[in-house]
Amino acid sequence: MSDVQLTIDGVAVSVPEGATILDACRAEGKEQPTLCYLETLTPVNTCRVCVVQVTGSRTLVPSCSRVIEEGTDISTDSPAVRQTRKVIFEFLASSVDMSLVDEPTQQWMDHYEVDPTRYGPTAADSPAGARDGRHAGHHAAPVGGLTETVAQPVKIDDALYVRDYGKCILCYKCVEACGPDAQNTFAIQVAGRGFDARISTEFNVALTSSACVYCGNCIGVCPTGALMFRSEYELRKASMWDEEAQTVTRTVCSYCGVGCNLELHVQDNRIVKVTSPQDHSVTSGHLCIKGRFGYESVQELGDLENTPIDAVLRAARTS
Amino acid sequence: MSAEANDAERAAVNELLGAPDSGWDGGDRSAADHHIARGGVRQTSGVRHLLLPALQAVQGAIGWVSPGALNYVSERLTVPPAEAYAVATFYALLATEERPRRVAHVCEDVSCRNRGGLDLLEELSGRGDVMASPCLGQCDRSPAVLVQRAGEYDASLWNSTPEMVIDVLEGAEPIDPNPGHYGIPQTEAGSDGLRLLHRVGAIDPYSLDEYRAADGYAALTKAMEMTPTELIEEVKRSGIKGRGGAAFPMGVKWEAVVAQESDPVLVCNADEAEPGTFKDRGIMEGDPFSLVEAMTIAGYTLGAHRSYLYIRGEYPRAARHVASAIEVAKEAGLLGEDILGSGFDFDIEIRMGGGAYICGEETALFNSIEGFRGEPRQKPPYPAEAGLFGLPTAINNVETLINLPLIVLEGGDAYAALGTPDSTGIKLFCLSGDVVTPGVYEVEFGATIRDLIELAGGPLDDIAAVLLGGVSGSFVGPDQLDLPLTFEATREAGVALGTAVVMPFSSSTDFDDVTKRIAAFFRDESCGQCVPCRVGTVRQEEALFRLLNPAPTNGSAGEIGLLTEIDQAMKLGSICGLGHTAGSAIQSAIALGLIGDRG
Repeated sequence: MSDVQLTIDGVAVSVPEGATILDACRAEGKEQPTLCYLETLTPVNTCRVCVVQVTGSRTLVPSCSRVIEEGTDISTDSPAVRQTRKVIFEFLASSVDMSLVDEPTQQWMDHYEVDPTRYGPTAADSPAGARDGRHAGHHAAPVGGLTETVAQPVKIDDALYVRDYGKCILCYKCVEACGPDAQNTFAIQVAGRGFDARISTEFNVALTSSACVYCGNCIGVCPTGALMFRSEYELRKASMWDEEAQTVTRTVCSYCGVGCNLELHVQDNRIVKVTSPQDHSVTSGHLCIKGRFGYESVQELGDLENTPIDAVLRAARTS
Repeated sequence: MSAEANDAERAAVNELLGAPDSGWDGGDRSAADHHIARGGVRQTSGVRHLLLPALQAVQGAIGWVSPGALNYVSERLTVPPAEAYAVATFYALLATEERPRRVAHVCEDVSCRNRGGLDLLEELSGRGDVMASPCLGQCDRSPAVLVQRAGEYDASLWNSTPEMVIDVLEGAEPIDPNPGHYGIPQTEAGSDGLRLLHRVGAIDPYSLDEYRAADGYAALTKAMEMTPTELIEEVKRSGIKGRGGAAFPMGVKWEAVVAQESDPVLVCNADEAEPGTFKDRGIMEGDPFSLVEAMTIAGYTLGAHRSYLYIRGEYPRAARHVASAIEVAKEAGLLGEDILGSGFDFDIEIRMGGGAYICGEETALFNSIEGFRGEPRQKPPYPAEAGLFGLPTAINNVETLINLPLIVLEGGDAYAALGTPDSTGIKLFCLSGDVVTPGVYEVEFGATIRDLIELAGGPLDDIAAVLLGGVSGSFVGPDQLDLPLTFEATREAGVALGTAVVMPFSSSTDFDDVTKRIAAFFRDESCGQCVPCRVGTVRQEEALFRLLNPAPTNGSAGEIGLLTEIDQAMKLGSICGLGHTAGSAIQSAIALGLIGDRG
């Protein structure tokens, strides 16, 4: 494969044919903010925080998906790029609870001096189910000009995981992981339109009535904590979630012979969450229900009583 | 989700798809069915494009898409129910909540709004079967109403009164007050010299004989004596640019399509939803054979054998007239197999939109036909390389295509001699708003805003501003009335020709109200895919409301600054043209001092 030449922020760079702008930036050590991008999923180009300026292009270009053409001249830090990224982050932060985004995203938001408060006071949260019932092409006028958000009660259908769509930035990652990029279950999709678009099962039925197989791969790819283990959710609610006190142990799932690697997140000698390394050749970060949630047998040994978080975990499991 | 379709719902779907083969696709299960594996990715990809038509069939028959009906459609097409629901909830004309069997959509958009639309909504308020609607493309005959009628064809009403709407809602047949009216005052006045509109209103749209007697099908006959290469050359020489808003040279587009290795597909974009636009409707309603002939010539030129005509769901009358023309043309050997004995096969399939402005964006339109949500795709790849079903695709607007017979008959050079060097040929303009005689007007390129307003009988009153190019265009002040409406002159003036909307507003206009409606429109019509547009259109509407409050939260200057930042982020960051232009009209209204001068 031949190389293509390009310029990034005035520096001549050579990358393999087929590389994206993001690939090239990373190869040069120029990290870009991303939210909807993940190496293991098809780029959907929706969050737009990775946009860069390409000379000759009228609008900014998503770096995560644009394949580089010979001679492309890219600016990742022009005033237009900085301002657009700032406002896009503000659009998100003024409408969605971004408190659990990862550290790099937080740093980018600080870098661009994101200030969601300048859009004014926010409107009231939506009651449970209200956003799920909205009809395309109709909305209530923003009397008073209050800033609408997607804040709404958390959806809890079962003991395994919760869906807190007040934290959903609609990055499509869970849809892709549930669908053709990993699980091929197709239990969820983006329903509705515009600002009322939301992740939904058919007719917003509970997960337990949907096609969901509880692989938890949607949780694995969620960048904002909207999808979360029930155990983590309950511990956070009880102010007992303590990532600093957690250890992460890598092991191999023993349920079958595939060889999926697991990362057991352990707090107070209890498994509180299970992930799989995204760069693991067997899983690409994805698991099945057994690897993801089938850990309870490990800690039902009888001699592990009386850790501080037991009561919370037990309540979560039996609710 | 467990829910069963009732007999009526099954029948509606079966009428479209045929009876199910076995239990695996929605029929009764036999013991043998349990030993057969069907479906999977292959079959899904083969029939998924029938998803929207199947949902529309249920909506049309029952009045809504129930959980049982959705399950049945999903089974028949091997589409996951969550995916079918995602598509159903994307379209305003599909309901996933139970609705009355007849529902009236009353236009509240910029043109109808102050010409009876809001009054009509007010008089019908409180009814559960009446709702506000974005532009219905009937701006020449306000107020416009679309009535969805379960079990019967949807009905467009115009010059509507509350009594008319209530009668139809209660079961009366809609009465066409003026059957020959297609919104073309020039032909009604019997004007000679029209090249595109001369047949509209002058011939029976159901009659092939009348169409032929008025020069119809002369161009196809001539085209088939030429080679596709010669035809493309004529198109290039004509200099014609796309009339759908993007003004891309048609010859360049077609050259790129025929340069591809696979057989291309032709798509005609008749999803005319830009508020204030109704020219394509007039053509399809009044001269449907012209579009059928033009598409056939286009197919022959491109070497395409399949084509889709995507008509917006709010145009039931246009769809009926074109569907009839397609049938009649087939019977006459002018469409289908072995056209005119040439050995060339070409077919046209009509697809109806579901109430989504965004589906006028070409790649969103492809997704809509393919059975996915009408979300635009990131370009590249461009349609010429990979468009509908991943095939090389030529997608052209109705008005663009109906120029093709003219180019064939008169020659590219003769066509290019019309208009101006950079804007060749004939152009249709949509005049509505505060003019004496709203309608579609045909002129040679070069006419000014003032010329067009005069053509439409003059302004009703002092003109405060003219909305050019639709709500994705911009307002211009009365000092711009002598601006020639050519691609080059509008570009130089920093405005867009768009879909050739010319909508004057008189000095008594409440521009606060008009701009609020424009902001609401974009918020309603954003597909929601990309953040800048999904949230930006909401933040724009909110900031505009604050600006127009007696005491803006951030002060007038603060809100205007915010609106400008929002506009820029949408312009630079959005995936498609909807976001790029969603702030344009509001920015122009501020710049002209039409709104926001409260200090």
